[in-house]
Amino acid sequence: MQSDALQGGFTDAPVQSAQAFRAAMNAMARPGRAETLDAATPPNPVSRAAGTLILTLCDPETPVFLGNSHDTPAIRDWITFHTGAPLVGPEMAAFALGDWAALQPIAQFRSGTAEYPDRSATLIVEVPELRTEGAVLSGPGIQETTLFSLPEVAPFQQNATLYPLGLDFFFTCDSQVAALPRSTKVEGT
Amino acid sequence: MTDQAYNFAYLDEQTKRMIRRAILKGLAIPGYQVPFASREMPMPYGWGTGGVQVSAATLTPEDTFKVIDQGADDTTNAVSIRKFFQRTAGVATTEETDKATVIQTRHRIPETPLGEDQVLVYQVPIPEPLRFLEPRETETRKMHSLEEYGLMHVKLYEDISQHGAIATSYAYPVKVEGRYVMDPSPIPKFDNPKMADCPAIQLFGAGREQRIYALPPYTKVVSLDFEDHPFDPSKADHACDLCGAGESYLDEVITDDAGGRMFVCSDTDYCRARREAGHLGAQAAVMEEEAGA
Repeated sequence: MQSDALQGGFTDAPVQSAQAFRAAMNAMARPGRAETLDAATPPNPVSRAAGTLILTLCDPETPVFLGNSHDTPAIRDWITFHTGAPLVGPEMAAFALGDWAALQPIAQFRSGTAEYPDRSATLIVEVPELRTEGAVLSGPGIQETTLFSLPEVAPFQQNATLYPLGLDFFFTCDSQVAALPRSTKVEGT
Repeated sequence: MTDQAYNFAYLDEQTKRMIRRAILKGLAIPGYQVPFASREMPMPYGWGTGGVQVSAATLTPEDTFKVIDQGADDTTNAVSIRKFFQRTAGVATTEETDKATVIQTRHRIPETPLGEDQVLVYQVPIPEPLRFLEPRETETRKMHSLEEYGLMHVKLYEDISQHGAIATSYAYPVKVEGRYVMDPSPIPKFDNPKMADCPAIQLFGAGREQRIYALPPYTKVVSLDFEDHPFDPSKADHACDLCGAGESYLDEVITDDAGGRMFVCSDTDYCRARREAGHLGAQAAVMEEEAGA
């Protein structure tokens, strides 16, 4: 293990994780609206927002899948040291981290069962930018509609048809995060 | 002042992560009850252990915290929970609804409309709306998965056949986004319409029953009813005797053993603010006199 893996975590975990969770909760409750997450400094190419999410939500109880864009020894060591989360294949993962291409096909992740739709994966997708333009989102958490730059439209429409099953997404870029839960309806423009 | 003998907000970090993951799932599937590993809290089940655990996972040091019990800020349960987080999380506290960022509640929604930057945490005794109709968890879980809610409509229909109207007056079942039937916790049905299209995040915690569920802002929440017996969010046909409010939910208070009684706002902060603004009810003068004597 490189000693770099020991760096870049929370300096005051209880308070920083509480603040980070509130940002993540606000993001999940208001799909498509960006929040700031910048408490962690993970190894490249993991964004600060994605690193902070992992420190806030992952622990030995949550298997993590790394897409090949993010599957480096430095990242593996960093996640293992700071969270203790087991690194697994996509079909076992509770959380997955990678860029959009590295996480394909998203059907490989668990989408829950009819009786326990919560037993599904949450995908942390690193994107080049978060913009309020592109796909039209509507559903719980959105007053009427909102615009958001999704990497594609069809996979998210397909995901929403599985409701109440399905995957939930965080999109991260630098120190910004936005979310798209399974309950959101997506229309292309 | 934060009590240094405890971790921030009392619970250990791994427990809070587990609760936080459950809250995120709850927000992603509005109205679905997410199982969570509820912890022993330093208060008995039935005193809001579910709400306290959700608040502990949600609070940040920057928050201003308010606790109400049946609308009142000054009851034992509300005071002790407020002090608990004052000590363990160092948060500021308030009794004023519009100054609070996190509000934990037992059995009421504040009269003052909530805003986008607020979180309402409900204490829930029995999260399963079908529990008194079907005691087996395996069966109710199947009923939710199959969207099989006929039994609930039969129950409401039996109310009508026996009493001529839907007699359920609190914990009145709602349907969330056309999918899950949800127990809104034992709030009076008067409060049900406030849950729909609410700008605030609503979180529900049931400690003994180990369930968390949630409503994101602007979620569709519909009280179950029939075309010929529409939902009626009724309240006592009276105005508040202290502040004169005609639109607030009222408690009936027995004042002597000769049939004397008065109706007062259940939301103490709402009532106080109205009286301070100069609104007076029918018995306000009498109360002032007695307080002064």
